[in-house]
Amino acid sequence: MKKAFLFVVLCMVASVFLTACSGEKGSTVRIGVIAELTGDMPAVGESCKKAAEMAVQEVNNAGGLDIDNKKYKVELFVEDNAGKADQSASAAQKLITQKKVHAIIGPNATRYAIPASEIAESSKVVLISPWSTNPKTTLDAKTNAPKKYVFRACFIDPFQGRVVAKFAMESLKVKKAAVLYDVASDYNKGIAEFFKETFEQSGGKVVAFETYTTNDKDFSGQLTKIKKASPDIIFLPNYYSEIPLQIQQAKRLGIEVPIVGSDSWGSQELLKLCGKDCEGCYFSTHYAADAATPVAAKFIEAFKTKYGVMPDDVAALTYDSFGLLWQAIKGANRVDRQAVRDALAGILKYEGVTGNMQFKEGSGDPVKSAVILRIKDGKFVYFVSANP
Amino acid sequence: MSYVLQQLMNAFQLGSIYALIALGYTMVYGILTMINFAHGDLFMVGAFLCFVAAVFLKLSFVPVMLISMFGVALLGVVIERLAYKPLRQAPRVSAIITALGVGLFLENFTLALNPYPKQIPQLMSNTTWTILGVSISSLQAFIIVLSLLLMLILDLIVRKTMVGMAMRAISWDKATVPLMGVPMNLIISVTFAIGASLGGAAGVMYGLAYPVIDPYMGIMVGWKAFISAVVGGIGNIRGAMIGGYILGMVEILVVAFFPSTYRDFVAFALLIVLLIFRPYGILGKPQPQKV
Repeated sequence: MKKAFLFVVLCMVASVFLTACSGEKGSTVRIGVIAELTGDMPAVGESCKKAAEMAVQEVNNAGGLDIDNKKYKVELFVEDNAGKADQSASAAQKLITQKKVHAIIGPNATRYAIPASEIAESSKVVLISPWSTNPKTTLDAKTNAPKKYVFRACFIDPFQGRVVAKFAMESLKVKKAAVLYDVASDYNKGIAEFFKETFEQSGGKVVAFETYTTNDKDFSGQLTKIKKASPDIIFLPNYYSEIPLQIQQAKRLGIEVPIVGSDSWGSQELLKLCGKDCEGCYFSTHYAADAATPVAAKFIEAFKTKYGVMPDDVAALTYDSFGLLWQAIKGANRVDRQAVRDALAGILKYEGVTGNMQFKEGSGDPVKSAVILRIKDGKFVYFVSANP
Repeated sequence: MSYVLQQLMNAFQLGSIYALIALGYTMVYGILTMINFAHGDLFMVGAFLCFVAAVFLKLSFVPVMLISMFGVALLGVVIERLAYKPLRQAPRVSAIITALGVGLFLENFTLALNPYPKQIPQLMSNTTWTILGVSISSLQAFIIVLSLLLMLILDLIVRKTMVGMAMRAISWDKATVPLMGVPMNLIISVTFAIGASLGGAAGVMYGLAYPVIDPYMGIMVGWKAFISAVVGGIGNIRGAMIGGYILGMVEILVVAFFPSTYRDFVAFALLIVLLIFRPYGILGKPQPQKV
């Protein structure tokens, strides 16, 4: 008798809690973030997480998102993908099925964004990658048609490869280029090939096209070969943790030509790891903190006050991804996965920290401009802009 | 000509480091007939100790080297006592699985402390000489000379000292030697300490030559050093050295004369071919199986 009574009481208590929880679930917007917090590029994940937390805090401090005359608070779920493709996919799965998120931001690097985007696409949940520039991220591998639920906040590599090739030929006036890239990584491989294509089409010659695999530390063999080919410039479309080794080894072999990189250089960690060796190098990226628009200046100021460091391109792009998402949710006027997706696909123009973005109908890839930065006195300095 | 010489120089530098690490594998195998797969991660710990000593304690090269070698040696002994000794009578495969586990533990422990890649500061002035069109940095020369010196010292220890004689005796016959009054546990600890300290030294030199270090740096280098040891004849100290230089040479020469995509593929393919014809390695001796 006593036991039965206890059971009934427990049931009542449980039911109160359960209804309380489900009631709570209705009035929040749930956003997942997948970031590279550990692994081979932790600085990228850290920036992404910081910007995400800032974007969410701003909205919540203002009382939340205004949807259908009701205020919705935003709840953020950050998952670490440990710099692994499989963990990116499982993080996406976890966010979608367990955390029941309405949209996902991240992962950033292409080799992690592609597996996560497959999960998002098949589960019909919006995924915005802030930093993945490889065309394959938003394209279906089988049909080559654009994925319906995958978007990004950055330009894509054919454009970036063209920008760098054009910059090398026009501003640096070089004719012979050498490329060293990671053949095991989609991003590096893609951009190296796009660069080669444009550079040769415009009358230049790629005299050395050398490869290595992720986690290699010794590039002396490839660099000696590059030295023998005597290029006027070396293009290194590789991640910030590898660049210092490549540049130092090139210098030790007596290679003195200008070195150019891509947006994967744009981490403040590069300056820490590379020191004086990177002085005078150029790279293409998404925005220049020292030549900022009013929108960007406001973001940079807020980021610096909150974290005490300059936001890098990943932070800016993550912030823009959230901006896009807020606009979509407001446009949808309802918190529902499908509605958010439709509203996001309907955005044709967005003014962000990293410049104006224009989306073509049915495509998740924005058209936007790039900038070339130069490393000078241990800082990233604006050099020139490149428009599409 | 200068191109080939330059590539040979590159190969010597890489080969020296492989050889140093390979010695750790070979020594442990020689004594315990066990492959210590955690050795590559001990090498990684050596590089991180170098970073800590150089950046936080602001020490110069010699104390940094000593701290790394001593620290990793201590770690090697502790690992042997805690993880491998209880399994000495167990099937050999248990010890190998444990070693893989210890390696994963070391990686993830370092990762948990701080996941960021670290830069090792320059501990010595680095000038580049150009001789016959070949660029040789003083660091490169130093690494090659120091590795050879360490290998020579090891060779002398094993051949000329009492400890070395005890090591050779244990590797010959584990059952009888303790009966002769040889302190077997002590000798095994000393072996682990020496092997690990060479791994630590290699970690420091690798950190100086390739100054960006991360918790996963030991995996690939560890595999390559293990293969060097197998090629040279695992259990044979001079074989490990030769194996290290051969692997370094093959890797660089593949890059020099083929598209660099083939580097690991050709290197490993050559090793497989070699092992088909000489499965016990270049200097190893075929061991009759007792049935």
